[in-house]
Amino acid sequence: MSGPSATWLYALVPATGTGVPADLRGVAGEPVRAVEETGLRAVVGTVPLGDFGEEELHTHLEDLAWLETAVRAHHTVIETLARGGPVVPLRFATMYHDDTRVASLLAERRADFEATLERVAGRTEWGIKAYADAHALAHGGTGDPANDAGGRGRPGTAYLLQRREQRRAQETAHLRASEQAAAIDAVLAGLADSTAEHPPQDAQLAEYEGWMVLNNSYLVPESRTAEFAAAVASLDDRFPDIRLEFNGPWPPYSFTAPDGDHDAGGGPGG
Amino acid sequence: MLDEQPVRRPSPALASQQVALVDLLDRVLAGGVVISGEVTLCIADIDLVRISLRALVASVASITSGAADPSDRVTDTGTERRDDRPPF
Repeated sequence: MSGPSATWLYALVPATGTGVPADLRGVAGEPVRAVEETGLRAVVGTVPLGDFGEEELHTHLEDLAWLETAVRAHHTVIETLARGGPVVPLRFATMYHDDTRVASLLAERRADFEATLERVAGRTEWGIKAYADAHALAHGGTGDPANDAGGRGRPGTAYLLQRREQRRAQETAHLRASEQAAAIDAVLAGLADSTAEHPPQDAQLAEYEGWMVLNNSYLVPESRTAEFAAAVASLDDRFPDIRLEFNGPWPPYSFTAPDGDHDAGGGPGG
Repeated sequence: MLDEQPVRRPSPALASQQVALVDLLDRVLAGGVVISGEVTLCIADIDLVRISLRALVASVASITSGAADPSDRVTDTGTERRDDRPPF
């Protein structure tokens, strides 16, 4: 590789852990290596600024094919490392001028990074998405009020009444859906160390119908994985109008902020 | 028996390799440690989530409608990314 380059950061791991696999490749197809300092190891790669400079990166990020390849490569490195022990993932596109500066970073923020490593060690991030069946929630148990809304002789009035009832039914459905989502979240958060919320995904992009009423990550101790999975299955049965879907296991992407920035497990504020 | 196996098979090993892109973007672009300060490039200032969403929307629009609204189009390469799916 020639020309100017930068050091791309993937993750931080304890320096005492297993080494970086020799065949691991990064976002630029580059071999991935370690920078060590004071008991911490940053897993990094050298990327050409011709592709990863600020301007170039801006352009590439708008290209879904490029973005997907790079994001998957970033994830593959982190996921591979996570199989060998605790990892702290770095945000995509974190780059330094050179390895020396990475080493300084490790020295400067050692306490912070070690605390985060300790917090995520032996724990796994699981994603839970909940989809509400809008129709069932709108009409569940009470019949369909829209059918009784108006007389035949006044079609205009009937139409307006029907629209109003439909809107009410939908509001009720929204309310029920969010109540049920909160109940589901309370159970799962009780089993997790921390919870992180993601915004609902776009229906078209994520290819689903209905409402996504929950898109959360839970940091679950490995000793409680089975219990967590059983709780998901049981909640899925308990709320027939809500469909639960889980994804993972993930490296702890959503739980890397310093202590206090996540909802503390077991004590959701309301 | 068949020479051509379907690409997507629900095996756990494969599933871990092919996590849904939307779920991955929620985490890789919005999660992970953010280091501010001495980063070489001002990537911290880029709204990764917004940019990726724009790329996704442009791509989905080009797949579902054949041609996205040109004013929303980010790049012209969008329509050529998924030639395995006929635009209609």
